[in-house]
Amino acid sequence: MAKYCISIVFMFALITFGACGGGTGESVKLQGAGASFPAPLYLKWFKSFSAAQPNVQVDYQSVGSGSGVKSFMDHTVDFAASDAAMKPEDMAKVKGGVQLLPMTAGSIVLAHSLKDVPNLKLSREAYVGIFSGKITTWNDPAIASVNPDAKLPSAPINVIVRADSSGTTFVFTKHLSAVSKEFEQGIGVHNMPNWPVGTRSKGNEGITASLLTTPGSIGYIEYGYAHSQKLPVATLQNKAGNYVAPTTASAVATLASAEMPPNLIAWISDPEGKDAYPIVTYTWMLFYKQYDSKAKAKALRSLIDYGLTEGQKESEALGYVPLPPDVVTKVKAAAESIS
Amino acid sequence: MSKDRASSRSDLTPSQSPPVENPFEGVNFAELELSLYRPRTLQSTLLSGLVTCMTFIALIPLFAVLWMLIWRGGQKFSLALFTQLPPAPLEQGGGFGNAIVGTLIMVGLGALITVPLGILTGVFLAEAMDSKLAEAVRFAAKVLTGFPSILAGVFAYGAVVLVTGGFSAVAGAIALAILMLPTIILTSESAVAMVPAKMKEASIGMGATGVQTVWMVLLPTAMPGILTGIMLAVARAAGETAPLLFTALFSNYWLISSGRADLMQPTASLAVLIYNFSGMPFANQVELAWAAALVLVLLVLIFNLIGQSFTRRRYEE
Amino acid sequence: MSKTQVRQEVAAWHPGQIWQPPTKAQRWYDGAFRRLCLVFAAFTIVLIAWLALGIAYRAIPAFQQYGLNFIYSTTWDPNKAQYGVLPEIWGTLYTSLLALIVGSAFGVAAAIFLSEGFLGEAVFKGLKAFNLQFHPLWRKLPDRLEQILKNLIELLAAVPSVVYGLWGLFVIIPLIRPVCNWLHEQFGWFPLFSTTLSGPGVLPAAFVLSIMILPTITAISRDALVSVPPKLRMAAYGLGATRWETILGVLLPTASRGIFGGMVLGFGRALGETMALAMLVGNANRLTVSLFSPANTLAALLANTFPEASAKEIPVLMYAALILLAISLVVNIFGAFVLEKAVGKGEAK
Repeated sequence: MAKYCISIVFMFALITFGACGGGTGESVKLQGAGASFPAPLYLKWFKSFSAAQPNVQVDYQSVGSGSGVKSFMDHTVDFAASDAAMKPEDMAKVKGGVQLLPMTAGSIVLAHSLKDVPNLKLSREAYVGIFSGKITTWNDPAIASVNPDAKLPSAPINVIVRADSSGTTFVFTKHLSAVSKEFEQGIGVHNMPNWPVGTRSKGNEGITASLLTTPGSIGYIEYGYAHSQKLPVATLQNKAGNYVAPTTASAVATLASAEMPPNLIAWISDPEGKDAYPIVTYTWMLFYKQYDSKAKAKALRSLIDYGLTEGQKESEALGYVPLPPDVVTKVKAAAESIS
Repeated sequence: MSKDRASSRSDLTPSQSPPVENPFEGVNFAELELSLYRPRTLQSTLLSGLVTCMTFIALIPLFAVLWMLIWRGGQKFSLALFTQLPPAPLEQGGGFGNAIVGTLIMVGLGALITVPLGILTGVFLAEAMDSKLAEAVRFAAKVLTGFPSILAGVFAYGAVVLVTGGFSAVAGAIALAILMLPTIILTSESAVAMVPAKMKEASIGMGATGVQTVWMVLLPTAMPGILTGIMLAVARAAGETAPLLFTALFSNYWLISSGRADLMQPTASLAVLIYNFSGMPFANQVELAWAAALVLVLLVLIFNLIGQSFTRRRYEE
Repeated sequence: MSKTQVRQEVAAWHPGQIWQPPTKAQRWYDGAFRRLCLVFAAFTIVLIAWLALGIAYRAIPAFQQYGLNFIYSTTWDPNKAQYGVLPEIWGTLYTSLLALIVGSAFGVAAAIFLSEGFLGEAVFKGLKAFNLQFHPLWRKLPDRLEQILKNLIELLAAVPSVVYGLWGLFVIIPLIRPVCNWLHEQFGWFPLFSTTLSGPGVLPAAFVLSIMILPTITAISRDALVSVPPKLRMAAYGLGATRWETILGVLLPTASRGIFGGMVLGFGRALGETMALAMLVGNANRLTVSLFSPANTLAALLANTFPEASAKEIPVLMYAALILLAISLVVNIFGAFVLEKAVGKGEAK
C-alpha cells in the first residue's frame, strides 16, 4: 500500500510543481464573471475573439450579476457583467475606477402554454394584473376583451416566476412598477421580490421547463429561451397603446426611443415609441479604468471593439438585440478611457 | 437437506464401518425441516421476501437515473468529448476534455488533503473513544456533515481566492476538501472501531508500538470500510457545483498548455459544465451536459474499481 | 549474554521487527504519530469553529436588526426588508426527516440484502439447476454479481445533484402528478394531501433526496453488517435461530453503531443539499404540512439568493446559514440522546 500511496503523491507533486510559473510573458489571460442573461452571446464572442488572436485567452463564467459585481469589487476577475449596472456607492468603492459599457440588449417575453391561442394579446392592465394575482382565470374580461376570437379556457392561470434572484426579474419588475404605481408599492422592484402568486422555478431554463410541462401557464423568460423551445409568446400593449410582438425590430425601436446618458446607464422601463416592445433592457460589462498590465488593457480594448463591431452581427441569431449605431459610437468613445 | 444427509448416512452400511448406534435414532426429521407452517419460518421467509422487494423497489430509481444518463448521455458519446474544448453557443460538436482534467485534478487534490487528515482523525477517534476531545471532534464532524455546499465555496472564496487574488483550482480543491472531510472521518472511525479487539491486543502483545499496530494491523483490516468512505466522499465531491462556482469558476481552455499545468487559475470542472450547459437554450449544449454527467459517473466507477482492486489484491497475496 | 547481544542474535534469525520490544527510535516515532493524530483531530474542531464563527460574524448586522423575530416570522419580502425563515426551517426539517425515514428504510433493507447475499444465493441456485455451480467459467458469477450490485448502488452517490434535479423535474414530477392529484381529490381532507401538485413540491424533493442519501446509508450499513464477526452469526444459527432471528437479534444490534453512523451522514447530506432541492422544492415561503405543496429549505434559499445578493442581504443569508448549522447541532444532540436511551451508554457513540 505504501507503494501506491507514494506513486499517487509523486504524480500530484509533479503536476503541482509543474504549475509554478504559469504562462509565458506573451499570452494574456482575461477572466470575466457575471450575469447569465448575456452569457451565451459573450461566450460566442470570446471564443471567436480568442481564436482570432492567438495570444489572448478570454474566459467568462455566469455566476449571477451580484456575484460578478462582488468579484469585480474584490479584484478577483478582470472584468464583470451585470444586468443591473452598478450602484454609484459600489462604483466609488472600486480601486482603479469603474467603466461601465453597455454591450448588448435583450428582451423579456411572456411565454405561455395555451396551445389553442397562439396569438394571445395582453393589455397593460392584464399582464400587470396576472403577476399581481388580481387576474386569476384565463377567461377574465381583461384578457377576453382584447382577444375576441380566441377560445380562452376558464381554467386558472398558472403563473410561473423565478425562484432564484436574477437580473431578469429585476428588469421585469422595474417595467411592471413603471406601468403600475400599485405594483411598485406592493411588490416593488427587486431581483427576488415576494411574488403573491406563482410557482417558482429556478433559472430561465426552470421556467421554460415548467411552461412546457404545465398546462395553462404563463411566465417571463428571455427571448432566446422562448425562441429555441418554440414557445408561444404574448403580444404586449406598449405605452402608446399598440400591441407589439417581441421581434428584433421592435426591440431596436425601444432602444432607439431612449437617449443614452453620458454615464451609459439607461433604463427603458416604459418606452414611448409606437412600435417599441415594452420590456427591453441593456446589459453592461464592467471594466476597471486603470489596469496594472498594459497588455491586459490593450487586449480588453480590442475585445470591446470586437464586441461592438463583429459581435453585434452575431447577436440576433442568439436572440439578443443589436445596439443602435449612436449607442455604439458613445460606447466606443468611452472605451478609450480604459488603460 | 437434512433428508439427504440422513439417507447418505444410511449408505454407510454395516459392512463398511463398525456397528455404531444411529445417533439420529428417534429423531423426527420431518420436524427439523423448514416448513412454512411454522410461525418462525414464515416470519423469516416473509421478511426475506419483504427485504428483497424493498431492495428492488430501491433499485428502480437507481436504474431509471442510470438509464436516463446512458440514454441521453450516450447519444453524444465519442472520443471528441475527451479531446475537445467546450463549444460556444450555436456551435456544433465540441467536447469537455478540459473539464475532465479539471475535475480529476481538483478532486484529486482535495482527496490528497482530506484522506490522510480524515483517516488519522478516525484512527484517533477510534482509539481515544471516550475522552473529551474525542467526543468534541466526533460531534464537530457530525455537525460538519450538514454544512451546505454553497457555504463551503463562500468560505474558500474568503480564505483562498481573496488571499491569492484570483480564482484557482487550489481554492476549489480546498472547498471540496471541507465537504469530503466529515464523511472520511466518520467512516474511518467506524471501520477502525470494528476491527476485533483481539487483533489489536495480539499485536500489542507481540510488542508493537501504537504506530505499528495502526499501520500493520488496524488500517489494513479496516481498509475496505475506509475505502467505502473515501469512495463516497470522492463521488460526492466530484458532483458538487456550488462550491466550485465561487472558487474555481470555469475555463473554456486547457489547463495544461505549453507543457505546464497552472493550478492558480480558473479551472473547468464537469460539475460546473453540467450546471452551465443544462441551463442553456441550445440543444447541443444540453446534450453535452448529459454526456458530461455520464462521463462523471463512469469516472467515479473506474476510481471505485481501482480502489477495490487495491484491497482485493491484498487479500489474495 | 547482554541484552544487546540477545537482540542481535534474535534479529539475525528473524528479520521481522514486530516482536522485539520497541527501540528508542520507534518509541519516538510512536509518540510523534500520536501527537500528529491529535493535531489532525483538533484541526476538525478548529475548522468547524472557524466556519461557524465566520458565519456568525457576517450575520451580526442581521442579528442586530431582526433579532429572534427572524426565526418566528414567515414573510420574506426583500422590498420591504422583512425577513423571516420559519417556513424554511420547517421545510428543511420536514423534507430531511421524510427523506431520512424513506432512505433509511430502503437503505438498511438493501444493506441487509447485500450482506446476506440473497442475490448470490439465488444465482447459485439458478446455476445449480443447470449443474453449473462448480464450472470454472460460471463459478464466480454469484460473487461477481454481488460485487456489481454493490458498485451500482455506490455509483448512485456519484451522480451530480444537478442531474438529480433535472431528473426530478422532467421524470418524477410528471410521473407522480396524476397519482397525487387523484389522492388530493379523494382524500383532500387529510392534511398531508390538502393541495394539488402544481409542479415542484415537498414530495418530489423528499423523494429525490431519499434517493440521494440511499447509497450512503446502504454502503455504510452494508460494511457494518459485513464486519460483524462470522462467529456471532454461526453461534446464533447453532442455537437454532432462523435467518431473520439472527439478523434482527444479533446482526443489527451489533452493527447498529455503523448503521447509525450511516444515517447521520445521510441526514447531514439531506440537511445541506443545495442544488437538487433548489430545483425541486418549489421555493415558496409557506408553512405547510401538505406533501404536494411547494415549500422552501434553508439550503435552497441560500442557493437561490446568494449569487445575486446585495451587500445588505448577505448578513440576512448568513443568519439563515447559522440557523441551519444550529439545526444540525440540535438534531445531532437529540440523536445522541435518543441513542443513549435506546442502546445504553457504553455502546451509544
